Amino acid sequence: MTGFDLIVAGAGPAGIAAACRAAETGAKVLVLDNNPAAGGQIWRNDIPALWAQRLSNVEVRGGCSVIDDSILAHGVPIVLATGARELFLPFPGWTLPGVTGVGGLQALVKSGFEVRGKRVVLAGTGPLLLAVASLLRKRGASVTCIAEQAPRSALLRFATGLWRYPLKIAQGIELGGSLLGVPYFTDCWVEEAYGRDRVERVRLSGFEQDCDLLAIGYGLVPNTELATLLGCTLQDGFVTVDAMQKTWREGVWAAGELTGIGGVERSLVEGEIAGLAAIGELTEARKLFSRRAAWHRFASHLTGAFALRPELRALPRPDTIVCRCEDIRYNDLTRWTSAREAKLQTRCGMGLCQGRICGAANHFLFGWQDTSVRPPASAAPVSDLMES
Amino acid sequence: MKIYLDDRTLTVERGTTVAAAMLNAGVSVFRESVSGEPRAPLCGMGVCYECMVTIDGQRELSCQTLCQEGMRILTR
Ligand SMILES: Cc1cc2nc3c(=O)[nH]c(=O)nc-3n(C[C@H](O)[C@H](O)[C@H](O)COP(=O)(O)OP(=O)(O)OC[C@H]3O[C@@H](n4cnc5c(N)ncnc54)[C@H](O)[C@@H]3O)c2cc1C
Ligand code: FES
Repeated sequence: MTGFDLIVAGAGPAGIAAACRAAETGAKVLVLDNNPAAGGQIWRNDIPALWAQRLSNVEVRGGCSVIDDSILAHGVPIVLATGARELFLPFPGWTLPGVTGVGGLQALVKSGFEVRGKRVVLAGTGPLLLAVASLLRKRGASVTCIAEQAPRSALLRFATGLWRYPLKIAQGIELGGSLLGVPYFTDCWVEEAYGRDRVERVRLSGFEQDCDLLAIGYGLVPNTELATLLGCTLQDGFVTVDAMQKTWREGVWAAGELTGIGGVERSLVEGEIAGLAAIGELTEARKLFSRRAAWHRFASHLTGAFALRPELRALPRPDTIVCRCEDIRYNDLTRWTSAREAKLQTRCGMGLCQGRICGAANHFLFGWQDTSVRPPASAAPVSDLMES
Repeated sequence: MKIYLDDRTLTVERGTTVAAAMLNAGVSVFRESVSGEPRAPLCGMGVCYECMVTIDGQRELSCQTLCQEGMRILTR
């Protein structure tokens, strides 16, 4: 770890932007990511050439999970850019093989899963449904329908607000072109998935549909576990930062979806500011404030348009599994009043994923906030990695 | 590149994860849950642990592991 001027945790757009901006001032930068390669969610195995080139002066280590505060021991400034994961909401049949995340299916396809000829239903909320539908079609899948839970009126309001973001309109036109002919339903969500050993059929609001794959995604939740372990402050589930992207923990900056959900441009500009600020280039960082403000406004439009509807809370039946690691069912949970109580009484959230799937679902279903984080027992601390 | 899945030999392209190779080979059940339900990849990004299989004798997340020549994968 010695010899580096900056360490970045997470090699998605935010982490890459932070690392590049810092490295371009002559700083020696190390980026760590738990995925095999850099890119994060949107650029998985596919970093735009311009950024790939800028990244050539940065040392990137894949397959490296940062799991504890030993990363702080060396006194090197840290930028956290650990991004987000998908939000999954339980419904009958959601544990069947063939039911994946929307971004999850995208990740599997980008890592070699061949979907040619497969019938796919996409359901949930947000622009990710469209981005993934487009990718699936390009890879030869038959996207039988897209079910968006948001009401039509909210989407129209969102679309009319888009004129302020020409880049997004251009992306939208490109997407629209690649999705011609795919049925897109608003006010529509998955009520149940059926199948024996894998998903075969799905019931949506008012109709049923055969499928080989069902991809679901109800938005994103930030990966705040590492930030919490390092002692950063959170508000409404996101890491709190000041204008320079600095967290309340000395020596730690944060950028990207960790501080708010809002797409790749928001992550990039926050990453640039964090990278510059962390190595003391405050004047350069300040020049990016107005660009960041624009993408923050875009992010709040996004959040408003795709708010989750209360009907989704009524989807689990008493025997629907909520915690997939420990097979804890909905009616095992209804009598408890907090995540902590449910954990102690039922082991909900105590399995291998440590509540990273059911924790956010329970927050939506029951309003529970799980703030406890344990470092995983199996991974090696970062100081070991650094010395090897 | 060749890998071994239970008693089958698979030819896979470089850069493919074990999860993708298994799905391509028609595997639908990756593990059994504690109550005996069939499970398969959900998140595709190392969060859910539903894609856990035995790779060269170790329990690993197949979605986070790239195929390597001669790798041996067991689903049960
Ligand atoms: C599954 C998924 C798919 C998405 N697909 C799209 C898309 O197609 N189009 C689009 O516009 N937006 C997409 N998004 C939204 C997307 O997250 C943002 O647009 C953008 O990628 C955010 O960049 P980021 O750098 O903030 O985070 P991310 O891209 O999420 O990058 C964070 C990185 O940090 C790594 N990481 C997390 N924790 C640790 C740790 N403890 N130690 C080391 N590394 C860690 C992660 O593996 C990841 O590589 C997707 C989101 C998700 C969750
Ligand atoms: S599919 Fe979720 S961890 Fe691999």
